[in-house]
Amino acid sequence: MNSYTDLPLIEQAILTLSALVLLSSFALLAQSRVIATIKMFAWQGALLSVATVLVASDTGEHHLYFSAAMTLVLKVIFIPWLLIYQSRRLGILRDFDAVIRPGITLLIASALVIFCYSVVEPIQQYAASITRDAIALSLAVVMLSMLMLITRRKAITQVVAFMALENGLFFAAITTTQGMPMVVELGVAFDVLVATVIFGVFFFHIRDSIESLDVDQLNRLSENTK
Amino acid sequence: MVDYLSPISWLLALSQTVLFIMAAPLFVNWVKRIKCYLQNRKPPVFLQSYRDLRRLFTKQLVLSHTASPLFRIAPYIVFGTSLMAASVVPFIIAQVPAAAMADAIVLVGLFALGRFFLALAGMDVGTSFGGMGSSREMTIIALAEPAMLIVVFTMAMVAETTNLSTIIIHTLNSPLSLRPSLLFAFTALVLVGIAETGRIPVDNPASHLELTMIHEAMLLEYSGRHLALMEFAAHIKLMIYAVLIANLFIPWGIVTDTTFINILIAVIAITFKLAILGIILAAGETAVAKMRIFKVPTFLAVAFTIALVGMLSAIILEAD
Amino acid sequence: MNIDQTHLLSEILVLLSVCTALIAAFLSLFADYFVKASRLLLFIPLFASGLFASAAGLTVLSGMPGFVVELPLGLPWLPWHLRFDPLSALFLGIIGIITFAVSLFGPAYVREYERGVYSQTVMGVATGLFVAGMQLVVLADDTYAFMIAWELMSVASYILVAYEHREAANRRSAFLYLLMAQIGAIMILMAFGVLSGFNIDLSFDALRASELSSPWSTIAFTLALFGFGMKAGIVPLHIWLPEAHPVAPSHISALMSGVMLKVAVYGFIRFTFDLLGDPSWRWGVAVLIIGSITALYGVLYALMQHDLKRLLAYSSIENIGIIYVALGLAMIFFGTDHPHLGLIGLIAALYHSLNHALFKSLLFLGAGTIIQRCHERDLERMGGFIHHMPWTSLFFLIGCLSISSLPPFNGFVSEWLILQTALQAPAISNGILRTLIPIAAAMLALTSVLAAACFVRVYGIAFLGQGRAKRVRHVREAQRGILAAQGVLAGLCMISGVFPTTIISGLSYITESLIGQSLISTTRNGWLWLTPVSPEVASYSAPLICLGIILALLAWGVVYFVSRNDWRLKSIIRKDAWDCGFGSLNARMQYSAISFSMPIRQIFQPLFNIKEELVNDHEENQVSKAKQIRYGLHVKDMFWDIFYLPVERWVNVVARWVSRLQTGHLRHYLAYSFFTLLVLLWLIT
Repeated sequence: MNSYTDLPLIEQAILTLSALVLLSSFALLAQSRVIATIKMFAWQGALLSVATVLVASDTGEHHLYFSAAMTLVLKVIFIPWLLIYQSRRLGILRDFDAVIRPGITLLIASALVIFCYSVVEPIQQYAASITRDAIALSLAVVMLSMLMLITRRKAITQVVAFMALENGLFFAAITTTQGMPMVVELGVAFDVLVATVIFGVFFFHIRDSIESLDVDQLNRLSENTK
Repeated sequence: MVDYLSPISWLLALSQTVLFIMAAPLFVNWVKRIKCYLQNRKPPVFLQSYRDLRRLFTKQLVLSHTASPLFRIAPYIVFGTSLMAASVVPFIIAQVPAAAMADAIVLVGLFALGRFFLALAGMDVGTSFGGMGSSREMTIIALAEPAMLIVVFTMAMVAETTNLSTIIIHTLNSPLSLRPSLLFAFTALVLVGIAETGRIPVDNPASHLELTMIHEAMLLEYSGRHLALMEFAAHIKLMIYAVLIANLFIPWGIVTDTTFINILIAVIAITFKLAILGIILAAGETAVAKMRIFKVPTFLAVAFTIALVGMLSAIILEAD
Repeated sequence: MNIDQTHLLSEILVLLSVCTALIAAFLSLFADYFVKASRLLLFIPLFASGLFASAAGLTVLSGMPGFVVELPLGLPWLPWHLRFDPLSALFLGIIGIITFAVSLFGPAYVREYERGVYSQTVMGVATGLFVAGMQLVVLADDTYAFMIAWELMSVASYILVAYEHREAANRRSAFLYLLMAQIGAIMILMAFGVLSGFNIDLSFDALRASELSSPWSTIAFTLALFGFGMKAGIVPLHIWLPEAHPVAPSHISALMSGVMLKVAVYGFIRFTFDLLGDPSWRWGVAVLIIGSITALYGVLYALMQHDLKRLLAYSSIENIGIIYVALGLAMIFFGTDHPHLGLIGLIAALYHSLNHALFKSLLFLGAGTIIQRCHERDLERMGGFIHHMPWTSLFFLIGCLSISSLPPFNGFVSEWLILQTALQAPAISNGILRTLIPIAAAMLALTSVLAAACFVRVYGIAFLGQGRAKRVRHVREAQRGILAAQGVLAGLCMISGVFPTTIISGLSYITESLIGQSLISTTRNGWLWLTPVSPEVASYSAPLICLGIILALLAWGVVYFVSRNDWRLKSIIRKDAWDCGFGSLNARMQYSAISFSMPIRQIFQPLFNIKEELVNDHEENQVSKAKQIRYGLHVKDMFWDIFYLPVERWVNVVARWVSRLQTGHLRHYLAYSFFTLLVLLWLIT
């Protein structure tokens, strides 16, 4: 325990932000309103950009500042705006996507976090301390996003869960390897942006075909059931 | 341990407890006043809570035909356990001799003892109101306890002890650090404290509508000095949670070296901390509406999750 | 006294305790002839037996040595070995104390059976043999004696459970009990067999010395866990408990729930820590998980019952779960090389065994008093006993306070010790264990608060308020013997709660004989403070807390006496309760037992198999004129449908399949013999 207080304050702040990102993943899992889900996703992006700034000033890698700015612009401002705009056009902004059995979902989420920690433990001896702990948390964020993908019914929340998955990978990247090369970074960011736009376009088409955006109804798109 | 068992330290502990008890109605009144300011109402007089208690003490007792001896003894037991819990919590002086008698888990146990008798008193008269209050109170407490225990575990993992005085001294002695586990433990303790002391959004302390009261339902049949003791015990409980939250997580200002100047500083520091906490509590109560009873498990599940993430942070992030 | 004489003291006491139990059984053979004296014939020797057993337990637990003896009983080449070491002493002491209390309770209670149709001889003989069987189990030092005593205990208790055999439901419950007891006994026997390495020598000394390789020791442990667990009542092998305990006469229920379950725990501890030796931490994790699930399951189902004795049976399941949690923690710490921490867990488990025996017996005796006085077992029809039975209410309250783990009573001490053990989890290097143990502790906290809710419900509905049925409004206080029994147990609950350091120093002899270490830091600061790990880590002073509470009660006393003479404070007006202006509140408008637990039922709904019956007959076209309104809620144990009925179906399927061998043709049977002979001859070559 004593070695935690030996860490410089900035690394303690990074670890605290990692824990807050994990908490935001839990919170994302627990939201039932579409608009609250999108706003929580924006908060997660904000926490990530602050964490990136801190890692940048701690390690001295200046390209991470650009990374942080890009995260801020894209994930905190633009993508949430885009999602809210499209949801309003589709008329689903004020919908509820109820969490089935919130108690059990939260318990499974906690078990997943413990499982991720057990998976990552053998890596202990090979990494410096701060990064090893953060790997466990970022893997947990990825797992929780996948849990959200499985347990939700509406397409819009599944898109948000997919974005949160990418958030988790981004987080793993900044804390372990001090960021991906800028090229990879820009590429991934554009991919995500394009994915959002395409999703939006497809939403309209899907809704026109089957009059619903419920993923359980998507099998109606198949030829046999027409 | 031998050095602080001297008569001087017991005397100081006694006076600290008396000050604690005397300050509890003042804290409750402060919260009420801030709520009134926020809700544009005329606030009560500064010493109103004391006047209420004095008025109740002098009133005649009215008991129901079916009230049993347990009904009459319960207020004394509830007040006695609150008093003992208050003596264990470090208020102004960090090193309290009673902390060797009762650690954090025993504190929780003392609350449980008081609550047991309160719930029994609610069931004693044989009406629906008391039964409803007891049933709901025991359910809410059952869901809040695991979160409380995980918070105690988190603090015990960080400080390697469950002795409240030792935890505070450990925090004071270690360098300033930003621990996610303590941050989450703080949040969870605030949420659990709201549930255990019966504040909005879990229970409305000012309501007397049959279907919305939990704590008040158990006190419904009490009058006179019994009601005064029960209300006083509720004030002390709120004060205990507030002091715990203030002193365990932000202990700077508390007395470790007993001198007159230090005690004065400590009194000012704790007053300031409690005033801020009171404002936050009042603002929270004004901003949020009381929840339906079956939404309270979700609230407590959130508290449990936050506490659990805090403990996991302590194990994953802060250990070697 | 020199060593030889102290040896002799414990030998004599043990011999007397077993012999007086057997004498009780023998004398009861004549009970049907001397009906008036039948109670004396049974309960006086039992009283003596209880006294001697408690004294024997006390002598060894205060430091005097036990004994090992080889008796010429049994088969010529397989004599009985008996051993009386500190572990046996604790459990013999438990048996003794509860037998003593039951023998005070019994005479007044069984009087009503004298005029009944059932035989007094059967009750007396079975009771005596039951007590003797239990005592011999904890004394046995070889497999043969152990299994004979175990079977004696099981069969005698079966006879007692089936005592009121004219009701079909009772017969069914008793049969289920016997079936599961026998399956458990077979598993225990197999466990001993595996442990002995399939040798001839089955004495415990040989079992201690045997070294087993890894898969065999795990098999032996699993067999023992499930075998002893079936008798102790761990989930999912608990189904017989809530059926069998309510059916037996109340003092027998006290013996079964308070003592017999502990004898099963004794068997498990003896097997794992003494005979098997080094427990692995993986076994500890399994025991911890089983214990946590058992505890939570037991208390949730206890909250749903409205039959008082069934509720107490489920509550016993909960407490056995708590004991297994403590044992699991002990095994984990032993298995990860922290024996001084594992010690605390073991002591917590032993302490809780003692505590549970005391308060559960007290509660069952209280339930027996209620049943004797008003013949009512259903909580929904009780109420207001505190006005008519003040002493019973006081003792039952002490029992409820103890079982709800409230300071300064004994339940709190064992709970506190278990939590302190769990708090030492950071000492383990395995990260997963460090996370699992606090979560198990959180489940334990949930369990104990739900237990407090359960007993607020029991006490509030049964003793407080007003009587819900006419029959219960005119009960009288119980007889002196019954009150004395309850008083003794309540006093012991308080003593073991307020003086934990004394009890722990007695329990340290057990750990010293089992593991070789004792808890020296417990009383480092004197007898007043309990400091299991070290004073800096945690300390608890039960006597001072008790003093504080006594001061609170004294304050009440002072106010009461002062106010008797002060005219302003004196008058207390008695009025009707607050009725919201509707008027005419009656006893049926109180909260019922089902409604008290409704929020919990709602929250934990997936775990219950709920059957509601609602009958609302009213006059035609006039909804407000009801002809008949009835509401009943029954919660069936979910393991019936998910475990036991499938097992039964599977057994039937296999049995039908095997029964195809019974073709009925003589030639087929001759062919079987012929082929078996061929195979055996081939094997010899």
